[in-house]
Amino acid sequence: MTALAVLTGHYLRASFGSKVSLAFGAVQPFLFLVLFGPLFARSGVGSWAVLVPGLLVQLALTSAGMAGFGIVFDQRFGVLERLRVAPVSPVTLLLGRVLRDSLVLLVQAATIIVAGYALGLRAPLAGVLAALLLMTVLSVGMASLSYAAALTMRQELFAPVMSTVVVPLMLLSGALLPMSLAPAWLDVVSRLTPFRYAVEGLRALFSGSYGSSAVLWGTVVSLALAIGGLALGANRFRWEKA
Amino acid sequence: MIHVRGLTKTFGTVEAVRGIDVDVSAGEIVGFLGPNGAGKTTTLRMLTTLLRPTSGAATVAGADLFADPVAVRRRIGYVAQGGAFGPFTPVGNELVLQARLYGLSRAEARARVTSLLTALDLAGAEERTTVTLSGGQKRRLDIAMGLLHRPTLLFLDEPTTGLDPQSRANLWDHIRRLRERDGVTVFLTTHYLEEADALCDRVLIIDHGRIVAEGDPERLKAEHGARTLDEVFLAVTGRELREGAAA
Ligand SMILES: Nc1ncnc2c1ncn2[C@@H]1O[C@H](COP(=O)(O)OP(=O)(O)O)[C@@H](O)[C@H]1O
Ligand SMILES: [Mg+2]
Repeated sequence: MTALAVLTGHYLRASFGSKVSLAFGAVQPFLFLVLFGPLFARSGVGSWAVLVPGLLVQLALTSAGMAGFGIVFDQRFGVLERLRVAPVSPVTLLLGRVLRDSLVLLVQAATIIVAGYALGLRAPLAGVLAALLLMTVLSVGMASLSYAAALTMRQELFAPVMSTVVVPLMLLSGALLPMSLAPAWLDVVSRLTPFRYAVEGLRALFSGSYGSSAVLWGTVVSLALAIGGLALGANRFRWEKA
Repeated sequence: MIHVRGLTKTFGTVEAVRGIDVDVSAGEIVGFLGPNGAGKTTTLRMLTTLLRPTSGAATVAGADLFADPVAVRRRIGYVAQGGAFGPFTPVGNELVLQARLYGLSRAEARARVTSLLTALDLAGAEERTTVTLSGGQKRRLDIAMGLLHRPTLLFLDEPTTGLDPQSRANLWDHIRRLRERDGVTVFLTTHYLEEADALCDRVLIIDHGRIVAEGDPERLKAEHGARTLDEVFLAVTGRELREGAAA
């Protein structure tokens, strides 16, 4: 437990020490919010309360999805090996990073939501807070999977592969335009990807329908992703069986 | 301190380590030497719990490598061949983090880092990053990282490779002092035979994943009628250790 606090603190200091990269992480969803949001809000497809949850999932997918990039360097310079030789469990080594990633994401997401309110978003506070919690669970899963991928594939492949994988996952989640507009085949493919459920769960929370099945499914899928991701990621921190 | 029997490691079809036996007593400085690709790093990474052996048995610093790897980690220090620091973070932060992972409080960790850096002639280096340090300084810093928790057994993977002769001799002094002052047992790899000769009480010569000779350097030389360990290597393997090398 102390080791986890020490690690998380160390990584947080590093992340929050670099305000520029912290702000940069929120630039993309912010641009969508400002340059695409007004268009979306007038398109008749949905309101800000439909768009903002989508942007949160987009943020979680892209930023937590690329989290593993940092570990590529730690691996190359022997930092990871040195941590692995300390008497700390693999789950702790993984969670220290993942908690940092989730906290950074939370700060960025809160900024997006505040900006959303300024632009015309109307959503109940309780729903928004619950949505942030759900997004955090999702990002724990996504970041863990990203670390697992970074520790599995050849170092130079990680960035190109992950940035490519994230695009269809994001499009199929319905984060930008709701999948209710999709032709049947696209809707079916979309249902095979986990982020679809997270997006719909988040939208339901933003609209205040807390008891809906969308919230239930969003929670179940996100939790499953988090647990699976942590198990897989921690396994990659264990001693190498190669 | 180290007892290894029949340790092997196979990567796909590459048999990197082919059944080695190693015994190291407390307080020894033992050199593990052999050419590039002989299996030195692979052996060290197995003995430090980083890499799972394919087969064999090992007790390291009094704990069973397979049954209790965490106890092994608590008692050993490991200085990897490639170092342990990222290029851009202040080294003090990294050292304090590592010390705290071994259970030291923040104040204890800071004090330990300061005293270790001083002992290794690196006083005041906390705010530096490794890109601003010389090869010898960097290597001493790596050693500091391995000593934070006062291990009784220290593994050093090619501690002096790439250093100039003066930095190398300086590092030897530090390693000798570790044993004399703190009673640390040292198991180090090298492909410099003259280093093993000058520094080690005993050497194990590894070639193609097998130990081909072992003993105290003087005795080995006498046994093979050789003047240097290079000639011993030539005698047992029929090859030069390094092309055109002379000790
Ligand atoms: N992770 C790995 N995967 C595949 N082969 C490896 C791996 N690590 C080492 N080897 C191979 O094992 C052999 C021994 O390597 P190593 O232990 O690094 O030698 P040394 O440290 O003595 O130079 C070499 O043939 C090397 O290519
Ligand atoms: Mg090596």
